[in-house]
Amino acid sequence: MESSDLLYQEIILDHNRNPRNFGELSNATHKAVGHNPLCGDYIELYLIVKDNVIVDVKFSGVGCAISKSSASIMTTILKGKTIEEAKQIFNDFHTAITSEIDKKIDTQNLGKLEVFLGVREFPVRVKCVTLPWHTFIDAIEKNS
Amino acid sequence: MDKLEFRVEKKKTFDVYNIRKDFPILSRTVHNKPLIYFDNAATTQKPKQVIETITHFYSHLNSNIHRGVHYLSQASTTEFECARRIVKSFINAKFEDEIIFTRGATESINLVAKSFASSFLREGDEIVISYMEHHSNIVPWYMISEQFGLKLKVVPINENGEIIFEEYEKLLSERTKLVAFVHISNSLGTINPIKEIIDKAKQYGAVVLIDGAQSVPHLPIDVQELDCDFFVFSGHKIYGPTGIGILYGKKHLLESMPPYQGGGDMILSVSFDKIVYNSLPHKFEAGTQHIEGAIGLASAIRYVQNLGLDNILNYELELLDYCTERMQEIPQLKIIGNAKNKSCLISFVIDNIHPHDIGTLLDLDGIAIRTGHHCTQPVMQFFKVPATSRVSFAFYNTKEEIDILINSLKKIIKKFN
Repeated sequence: MESSDLLYQEIILDHNRNPRNFGELSNATHKAVGHNPLCGDYIELYLIVKDNVIVDVKFSGVGCAISKSSASIMTTILKGKTIEEAKQIFNDFHTAITSEIDKKIDTQNLGKLEVFLGVREFPVRVKCVTLPWHTFIDAIEKNS
Repeated sequence: MDKLEFRVEKKKTFDVYNIRKDFPILSRTVHNKPLIYFDNAATTQKPKQVIETITHFYSHLNSNIHRGVHYLSQASTTEFECARRIVKSFINAKFEDEIIFTRGATESINLVAKSFASSFLREGDEIVISYMEHHSNIVPWYMISEQFGLKLKVVPINENGEIIFEEYEKLLSERTKLVAFVHISNSLGTINPIKEIIDKAKQYGAVVLIDGAQSVPHLPIDVQELDCDFFVFSGHKIYGPTGIGILYGKKHLLESMPPYQGGGDMILSVSFDKIVYNSLPHKFEAGTQHIEGAIGLASAIRYVQNLGLDNILNYELELLDYCTERMQEIPQLKIIGNAKNKSCLISFVIDNIHPHDIGTLLDLDGIAIRTGHHCTQPVMQFFKVPATSRVSFAFYNTKEEIDILINSLKKIIKKFN
């Protein structure tokens, strides 16, 4: 596999072309804006949380393929999760993508997020992957 | 001004393949591909002549300059002051002590902002800059404007990325005390008509600073002919070391300005009752200087002079035209900055592909470009793009490298669609 294919896997390109849950939620219970002024990535995240469960989530904004697909895949994962479950997923994910390249990763917990492991070869792009997740944490903590 | 004015008869001696041999880094690979270095507006690569000059300095001459009575100190002082003379004649300054060594163009601008502007400008005075300035020619002026109640006026640009001269004229008045303009825009490639800009400012008695960071490597500069009051540039953008830069200032202005930093070498005598400052240029060179930087810069200037700036200019414009033409083959690609007078860099965006993805994918093909806002956020806001991709050429680049770039871009577009 060429290293470009390692980072830009088809599933990432697909989510970039057709982002899932793209849009806004007028009745959101939690909202946050994530912005990386250095590269121009910008995301608005909308959540509806009921009884500690994320029942709906949407995002909008502009960004590179990595941040956009990360946001898209994140929204598909968050739906139906409790806040604690969602935080744990990000925790595991963050540990995985910031680990050494040759370190063996337990991919069982990662699920769909495994496609982002290639980013470990591109340290400057890690922040593209994590921006939507940091925005999610921000939304939860700001409104709690 | 037409672009053709810059084209002069080309000497047959310009052999790019031979010239490339002077740059050791150009023979390395990146991601197992031959390096194609298209990030020259950020910094340029160094010829072995410059590298050897620095090695020679540390192997044979290293010593602190000025006030030393021993052999090495005198030898290094001679080299350092010789570097000043080379810079002086390179930009055709009238006096040697009009050349101040700084850390780079940014520090040069900050020196003028802190020393000249904060001492000579009063509340309500106006500073005129343009929309296409690098942050380094915005932030220092913004800072002193805040501090001293000055007004910052900004000359707008048009869709081609050129300043609107009539708007510039309208902004000038008796209140205009300082005009600071970029010579060549680092994000658009626009060559500004600085002679006209300077002449116009002089009619109102304004002092003019020209940011030559992007122009000095590509265009012959004559500060006396331009009649600018200050001219700044960085060594590393003209094939010299990082951490060394130049402030040119007219002698009578520099003499009237207070020191920028206090320390050793910038004084004649110090007691706790009275301090007498040193004369030019030392008044502005506090502390031990970047000696090998200055000597390395002089070596880089000699290298460029040997090639001939006219030859360099002709060849680089050929690269610009060739790349611009080949980019027309890609319908999804839009060039940002289409000034009639343009230097050898191209900013572009591609439909539905973020510049950072382009940058990473080109890098994997061994092609180094810059992506982002290029420290010109107002320009990005004007063109309503979050960022652009930028290729910037030097005289050691080739058309074959541009061919590889175009193929690589086509491959990326295919991948994303």
